[in-house]
Amino acid sequence: MNPNDIIKPENLVYARPRLLDERNTHYCPGCSHGVVHRLLAELIDEMGLEDKTIGVAPVGCAVFAYNYIDVDWVEAAHGRAPAVATALNRLNPEKFVFTYQGDGDLAAIGTAETIHAANRGENIVMVFINNAIYGMTGGQMAPTTLLGQKTATTPYGRRADLNGFPIKISDILAGLDGTCYVTRQAVHTPAAVRKTKAALKKAIQNALDKKGTSVVEVVSTCNSGWKLSPAKSNQWMEENMFAKYPLGDLKNV
Amino acid sequence: MEQEEIKLMKGNEAIAHAAIRAGFDGYFGYPITPQSEVLETLEDLMPWETTGMVVLQAESEVAAINMVYGGAASGKAVMTSSSSPGVSLKQEGISYIAAAELPALIVNVMRGGPGLGTIQPSQADYFQATKGGGHGDYRLIVLSPATVQEMADFVGMGMDLSFKYRVPAMILADGVVGQMMEKVVLPPVRPRRTEAQIAEQCPWAATGKDGRKHRNVVTSLEMEPDKMEKNNLRLQERYHEIENNEVRFQEYFTDDAEYLIVAFGSIARICLKAIEEARAQGIKIGLLRPITLWPFPTKEIERLGKQVKGILTVELNAGQMIEDVRLAVGKDMPVYHFGRMGGIVPNPNEVIDALKKHFKI
Amino acid sequence: MAKVIGAVVIDKDRCKGCDLCVVACPTDVLLLQPKEVNDRGYHYAFTAQPEACIGCASCATVCPDACITVYRQVIK
Repeated sequence: MNPNDIIKPENLVYARPRLLDERNTHYCPGCSHGVVHRLLAELIDEMGLEDKTIGVAPVGCAVFAYNYIDVDWVEAAHGRAPAVATALNRLNPEKFVFTYQGDGDLAAIGTAETIHAANRGENIVMVFINNAIYGMTGGQMAPTTLLGQKTATTPYGRRADLNGFPIKISDILAGLDGTCYVTRQAVHTPAAVRKTKAALKKAIQNALDKKGTSVVEVVSTCNSGWKLSPAKSNQWMEENMFAKYPLGDLKNV
Repeated sequence: MEQEEIKLMKGNEAIAHAAIRAGFDGYFGYPITPQSEVLETLEDLMPWETTGMVVLQAESEVAAINMVYGGAASGKAVMTSSSSPGVSLKQEGISYIAAAELPALIVNVMRGGPGLGTIQPSQADYFQATKGGGHGDYRLIVLSPATVQEMADFVGMGMDLSFKYRVPAMILADGVVGQMMEKVVLPPVRPRRTEAQIAEQCPWAATGKDGRKHRNVVTSLEMEPDKMEKNNLRLQERYHEIENNEVRFQEYFTDDAEYLIVAFGSIARICLKAIEEARAQGIKIGLLRPITLWPFPTKEIERLGKQVKGILTVELNAGQMIEDVRLAVGKDMPVYHFGRMGGIVPNPNEVIDALKKHFKI
Repeated sequence: MAKVIGAVVIDKDRCKGCDLCVVACPTDVLLLQPKEVNDRGYHYAFTAQPEACIGCASCATVCPDACITVYRQVIK
């Protein structure tokens, strides 16, 4: 049978999600952001939340997230997404509010807002893209940059004595009473993508059920910043990132 | 709640009562002297039990102003209050609110600076409030209350002006009017707007699409220079409209005045006392009190400049508003400044002495 | 015995040629165009061995640009 013969609507198993905007993303080829955007677009549609979702976009590579997922958005100042989401959630308690933040936004400049929103147990989802580098500004050190990792501002590799240690912010967040679900996932293989989708779904359901703050960290690649091909970036992530940032649930209550 | 109530209270407390009565949806603040009573009073009144207004003590002034940004982005009536060092922290968020064309009310109960300064009264944030404060070309509608009554009245007025123009408004109060107790007629109660009213009045708000075909995005980011310039021009056009329509001021004894004092906030009241005394001594002097510090009553001061021989600005700072007065009257008019700093509030005699000294009366 | 056959359609103009679908495919259906590029200059993915496709959607699952549509049919 010719494969072309089965290209019929009744045989469709996967298509571009309806809520993903038609325009092409500005992300580099192979960037993990695109996968996570797609999962959110799928889930918002599948869970019937198109009309009640308010996303909060960060500063960083995902600053234009609002161009890609077809729901209402508020673009926050750098690091302030959890504060913005706090008010959106408190003043619109029947809506689903999520933040989408990178490591610099969530774990450096916005650490205070992140920790306190999570500690208050705001009924929001924080989607945390951890690629251990500042992509948007050209590959500088992130709070999560690994020791020895070369970046534009650690050209000889990150040194603990000069630059401090990579921060495991999700572990900190898991220790707060306000969080109900903190998990660390990745999107480098089909199986990992499916697990991340399940994690995001659980997180969204927690927010709808007003169980507190859910954090889904996605250990991600930045092949431009890491100066590797997308496939090699996945390999490097598995070999280096997962040792420091092991995948799995950190908290699930 | 009664429709109108007469009470004795502090200016800061009046702000809190007025916020609930004006139908605010949310207040986000962080304690700092001398304005902590705003948050304390709101927490004490528990408006979430009555009107449904949200009150939240944030982890910082930075977080508080970004909560205001978030709330305003969903079309809600939201506010924050702080004092000078805290308002400095809020400047980034204020710039974003202005750029995203959101309505919001910010209260600054000024204390002496720079730096940590003092907890005593000051008016040294005039530049910050009226000239921008944060980055970029933007303006705030700046209201200057002189009485506890005005502290209460300007809350609803600030909200209305802010929604009318989608420009953030600031009540620039000083520690005197924040801390002093006076009789106040609390304004009538207005219900909070319904979701349907918000959807109608704020079609731009990020509320969830709720059946809308297009998504609403609240942002201050625009990478295309042509569009960014247009955004700026749109703001500037609105600012001109505000300058044309919203100047507010009060004049006292200006009909026959040969000299003019320009003073704002609680200091205007001290000046009024000084003017009564000076007039008793035969000095014909009047007072112009700007109520809106931006838009500034430039034309009115220019008009009075043609009538008087000299102008004295009296401010709790090293001379800030004097620059706007000078711009209004031109270089031929003698304009002097008298001010105290460090949290010291002058008495009327010091003002009279300054008058006599500068104008050689 | 039932046989599963699949087919994928790649939106070549949307593809950025990142190669992740090629790596993810368990039956080596996909390759990047060695010479040809799309309008944006990317060596886009194409079905080099379409008959090997089992419609597992692994390619679409890892695709950051959501440019792959997957079909599957069970032949009994």
